[in-house]
Amino acid sequence: MKYALLIYEADNAMEALSDAERQAAHAEYTALGAEPSCVGGAQLQSVTTATTVQVRDGRALTTDGPFADTKEVFGGYYVFDVDDLDRAIELAARVPAARSGGSVEIRPLVER
Amino acid sequence: MIDQVFREHWGRVLASLVGYLGDFELAEEAAQEAFAIAAERWPRDGMPTNPPAWLVVTGRNRALDHIRRERTLAAKVSLLTNPEAVEDDVDDVDEPQSPSIPDERLELLFCCCHPALATEAQVALTLRALGGLTTEEIARAFLVAPEAMKRRLSRARNKIKLAGIPFSVPPDRLLPERLAAVLAVVYLIFNEGYGGREQLADEAISLGCVLAQLLPDEAEVQGLVALMALHDGRRRARFAGGELVLLADQDRSLWDPRRIAEGRARLDRALALHGRGQYVLQAAIAALQIEDHPDWPQIAALYRELALRTGSPVVELNRAVAIAEAGHPAGALAIVDALSLDQYPYLHSTRAELLRRLERPDEAATAYRRALELTPGEPERRFLARRLADL
Repeated sequence: MKYALLIYEADNAMEALSDAERQAAHAEYTALGAEPSCVGGAQLQSVTTATTVQVRDGRALTTDGPFADTKEVFGGYYVFDVDDLDRAIELAARVPAARSGGSVEIRPLVER
Repeated sequence: MIDQVFREHWGRVLASLVGYLGDFELAEEAAQEAFAIAAERWPRDGMPTNPPAWLVVTGRNRALDHIRRERTLAAKVSLLTNPEAVEDDVDDVDEPQSPSIPDERLELLFCCCHPALATEAQVALTLRALGGLTTEEIARAFLVAPEAMKRRLSRARNKIKLAGIPFSVPPDRLLPERLAAVLAVVYLIFNEGYGGREQLADEAISLGCVLAQLLPDEAEVQGLVALMALHDGRRRARFAGGELVLLADQDRSLWDPRRIAEGRARLDRALALHGRGQYVLQAAIAALQIEDHPDWPQIAALYRELALRTGSPVVELNRAVAIAEAGHPAGALAIVDALSLDQYPYLHSTRAELLRRLERPDEAATAYRRALELTPGEPERRFLARRLADL
């Protein structure tokens, strides 16, 4: 089954890290991406670069920033192809954001 | 007779069908059909020699028919064919080559109690899948509207399928954590039943016995069954004419000696397995408490071990009670006063009792009143009111 691991980082979590810690976290993200079961993923630019679009009455309204102010920001995702949810949970638990105040949401993909 | 067969085999038959079909919803429908066919045929033709195997094969055939029919229907949808009922070919199930049906109830239990499901869903699914309770029975037991319970169950089944919750016994590295979740669900069901809904208490004990049979070397499983049996053995003595009776005042002739003996035997087995987990400790305490002359210092020591393990202030409260029983109400009061459990009625009733023993009736009365404010159950309320009046 294919699962998306949606990574939510605690706001400012990365800035709070030392250079060495940030490099270690980066290496862990790279290692997860190099897993044979990893079939996709991306890291997003910082939320300060976000633009939100809503269409109302046929007009596109564009605003700066994310739709809602939250303590956790969506930072990126992986897609893994593994046997079952338990494998996906084990991979999610290895995501550095999950242990530094953030969380990982596991969502199975719709299979066509 | 059919009812008894149903209760006895439902869990095994459903487990086997979930394992075979890989789909909870389909498996439940198939199991239901198989039991319905059995209810019609067995009284007429006699019981098969291997009822669960018969039921599993019948259920499999039914499910395969459905799948086949759906495919055919999808292919011929414009023809609007009305497929005729397919006659099952199950009469040869009793032949020597009939398949032996592996017991997959453990897989089913771990699936139902998977931490990716909400606790209420785990409980409802476990009662439905392993206990064979109907949706209506579960709804009644948890004071939920049947429609709401139906939705809860179907959402849970749906999540198992779409999220890929495994139908398997977890690998060793996950087993302790996952087994703890299963035991928590069983104990929760038991506690729901202990408040008077006896069917749930019985269900929890039989689930515990199934687990103990399938995982005979897990001390905590034995410990939980011991704990439940030791409590359950005193069920009939806990209330007299609708009034709550304290352990010390219970009519011991109302205790169920068989249940209590079973509890003690399970506890011995758990201790022989070097069990020292929370259920084993609680069972050991329960066994000591029903001795003719309880060893209160020993009970207090076990509560201390349990408190260290669980970090629970409620356990500390119980330790205080044991210390008071051992003859040190002042020391007990000091422990109670250090706990932050202000919303917990038993904290206040315990304080009241300790203050009463220390001959501080005014403070005791205040504490009884606070306990009354927080206690919803009528028998417990009447009990507290009597204590307050007796001051």
